[in-house]
Amino acid sequence: MTTDIKIAEAPPGHTGEGFFATSLDKVIGLARSNSIWPLPFATSCCGIEFMATMGSNYDLARFGSERMSFSPRQADLLLVAGTIAKKMGPILKQVYLQMAEPRWVLSIGACASSGGIFDTYSVLQGIDRVIPVDVYVPGCPPRPEQIIDGVMKIQELVKDESLRRRNSPEYKALLQSYGIL
Amino acid sequence: MADITNEFLLERLQEQFGESIKSSEVSYDILTLVIEPSSVLHMLTWLHKDNLLKFRFLTDICGSHHPDLKDEELCVIYHVQSMENNIRLRLKTFVPIGQPDIPSVTSLYSSADWMERETYDFYGTNFTGHPNMTRILNVDEMDYFPLRKEYPLEDGTREDKADQYFGR
Ligand code: SF4
Repeated sequence: MTTDIKIAEAPPGHTGEGFFATSLDKVIGLARSNSIWPLPFATSCCGIEFMATMGSNYDLARFGSERMSFSPRQADLLLVAGTIAKKMGPILKQVYLQMAEPRWVLSIGACASSGGIFDTYSVLQGIDRVIPVDVYVPGCPPRPEQIIDGVMKIQELVKDESLRRRNSPEYKALLQSYGIL
Repeated sequence: MADITNEFLLERLQEQFGESIKSSEVSYDILTLVIEPSSVLHMLTWLHKDNLLKFRFLTDICGSHHPDLKDEELCVIYHVQSMENNIRLRLKTFVPIGQPDIPSVTSLYSSADWMERETYDFYGTNFTGHPNMTRILNVDEMDYFPLRKEYPLEDGTREDKADQYFGR
């Protein structure tokens, strides 16, 4: 049968007559990384670039992310695209808190990552001041290719994440440093 | 009906409010008066009620900060328009930064509510008699008035802008 459907590669393991053995970590990582449900948090111009990323030309759905979750409770990945004003900071944090573990954060663009051109009293100088960030995408705005690259970096993280990471003291300390928990 | 000119307008206002008008000039074709803070509400009410002038539209209220003017540091600027006569008027009034009290005009113009809150938010002018004199745009916890000139434009918490990249 010829098909051009791409199948994810199996993780390393032991194959034999009628069985395949690998660690549960890897199977879960593989499943999660190819079915990330993103929650878009688009506040300004970078959001437009994100829309192109979701559109049919760039098509983020190819990476198993066709299902945008507009409820944080069912989302795995928070995509923050755009300028976050200081007044928006607590709202962003609340959205993050409403997400269930495991959760990842992709910061899209200069504004979300560092405040960008808005070095001023009203703008949060990077979302990592209120929530932990996994991957930063630079650019003002970043091209859809860059955003896709960021999502693929997140996929790498998801795939290789140990199932116990979220219970580790390091992770708890990280959350505590943001006043979460 | 003859057009109402800036000269005519100034004459009428001087008749009514002679001593509270401190100075007058025409800038960008708009008559601009500097007046006492206490007479702002009276003057705007009179302009609103006057059957000939009919200044019934409050275009904007904004502020400015002049650190060098002793006891006149904060300025509040009112723009009003008479749609019928197609003429505008600008009123400026100065208050000391130590006690920036100025009567609210919300009793006359409901639209002044948010404009006065915005001016308070950025300059700290206190509009007495305003129903809800709180911040409107900035975060509630902010403990300064960001458009006053003693505060730097750039956010102090920024880390990635090393001075060397900006030649300073
Ligand atoms: S990084 Fe640039 S394009 Fe993106 S939100 Fe900020 S200003 Fe807009």
